This record gives sequence, C-alpha cells and structure tokens, in this order.
Amino acid sequence: MSAETTPVNDAVSLYDVDHPAPVIEPPRKRTAKTPKATRTNFELYGWLFMRLSGIVLVVLVLGHLLIQLVLDGGVSKIGFAFVAGRWASPFWQAWDLVMLWLAMLHGANGLRTVINDYAQRDNTRFWLKMLLYTATVFTVLLGTLVIFTFDPNIR
Amino acid sequence: MPAGTLYRGREGMWSWVAHRVTGVLIFFFLFVHVLDTALVRVSPEAYDDVVATYKTPLVNVMEYGLVAAILFHALNGLRVIAVDFWSKGPKYQKQLLWSVVGVWVVLMAGAFYPVLQHTLRTLFGS
Repeated sequence: MSAETTPVNDAVSLYDVDHPAPVIEPPRKRTAKTPKATRTNFELYGWLFMRLSGIVLVVLVLGHLLIQLVLDGGVSKIGFAFVAGRWASPFWQAWDLVMLWLAMLHGANGLRTVINDYAQRDNTRFWLKMLLYTATVFTVLLGTLVIFTFDPNIR
Repeated sequence: MPAGTLYRGREGMWSWVAHRVTGVLIFFFLFVHVLDTALVRVSPEAYDDVVATYKTPLVNVMEYGLVAAILFHALNGLRVIAVDFWSKGPKYQKQLLWSVVGVWVVLMAGAFYPVLQHTLRTLFGS
C-alpha cells in the first residue's frame, strides 16, 4: 500500500463525548451581526445590468462615434449648428438621452467596482463612492436638462 | 509565476486589466464630454470655443485614442458576455480575445484617416 492511501481512521481521536471537536462556522453563515436588510440581490442585478446595458451601448456609442468622428469630415463639422441640426429630431434626442443614462450608470457601476477593489480603508472607500455618486447624479441631471431644454435660437 | 494565485497572466488577466483601464478612461471622458456639451445652453460661441479645442492636433490624436479605448471596451465586453452566457465561451475565451484584437486592428486602421483627417488636412492639407 502506497503512502497516499494509508488509512487514518485507526488513529486515536482527539475528541470524544466529553471533548467535542470545535465548531467551525461556514464562511457565509448568518450571525446575529448580519443585517437582514442588506441581504439583497443588488450585486446580481448590477452584474446583469452591465451586460444588458453593454449590448445597447455598443450600438448607441459606436453609432455616435461614427456620426461625430468618422462620417462627413470627422470632427471638422462639429459646432453649435451641427448640434442644433441633430437635436431638431426627436429620434436623436432620444438616442442621446438613452445613451447618456445608460453610459453614466454603466460607468458609475464600473467605477464603484474599481473603488471597492482598490480602496482598502473604509473611510477612503466611503468618500470616494460619495464623490462618484455625486458626480454621476450631477452629470446625468445636467445632461438630461440640456437635451430637454435645448434652444437652437438661444440668441 | 507563483502557484495558487488568481493572477495567472496571459490573455485572461491582461484583457481584464485592459477592460478596467479603458473603462475608467472612458468614464472620465464622458464626464468632461457632458460638461462641454452643456455649453450649448450657454451660447453658440461658448460651445464653438470649446469644440475648437477638440479640433487641435493634440486633442484630435487623443480622440483617436478614445476611439481605440471604446472599440476595445465594446468588443471585449461582447467577449465577456460570450464567456458568461455561451456554453462554449469559457473554452474559447483565448480565441475570442484574439478575434477581438483582430477586429480592433482592422477597425482602428479604417478609422485612422476619417478620425484624424482634420489634423492631417490642417498640417499637410491641400
């Protein structure tokens, strides 16, 4: 019999009825300290959102790049008049609005993951995420306001 | 390479690193881009002034870099979806990555002149 298969069950046990083996808790066992309210599927939905929004963003963002930077002279043609021409159409307003919301939420969730991975101190992590959420809400609201209130005859 | 680490190098790890780096860069650009576009609510001149920056050679080259980052992030993102949802995705993840790189190279070559034509015409233009 080889060394690997030497039976160990005839070894004298350290434990018996009077000296029970110590209990090792499963790593994810709920304890008295585990808050009930935080046990949600948030991370699952976040993971799914990254993939679903990603597919939509591939179309929206690559289409946007094609129009803005590739077709019809590249960046040369861009200016107030070009923006006014595009936002005269509800289709492109809707395109840009959906792109803004999805891209900001997709990017914010990505940065949240990066912060969680690399910011080790609790305080640093908390404040970096507060900064991220503040910037995200500000940017989404500002962009939405600009799309809805755009005025081609501003002057 | 030490045993027992998740960081095994090669295609799997480096595509993950590149996905993170490009994602963070794109997010920072997006933030700036919404701010600059918001200038259309200030005045046509304010907007055209900031867009003039986008037409300088240095920033035009950075736009090509932005296209590079977005194209990689988009194509590799589709690869991640394939790895997660396609039953053979994990088995072919390396081939998928080299397909991503191949498509990326072709699209970047195709985008070179259209994206940089403003600078090329300004510097060497007819």
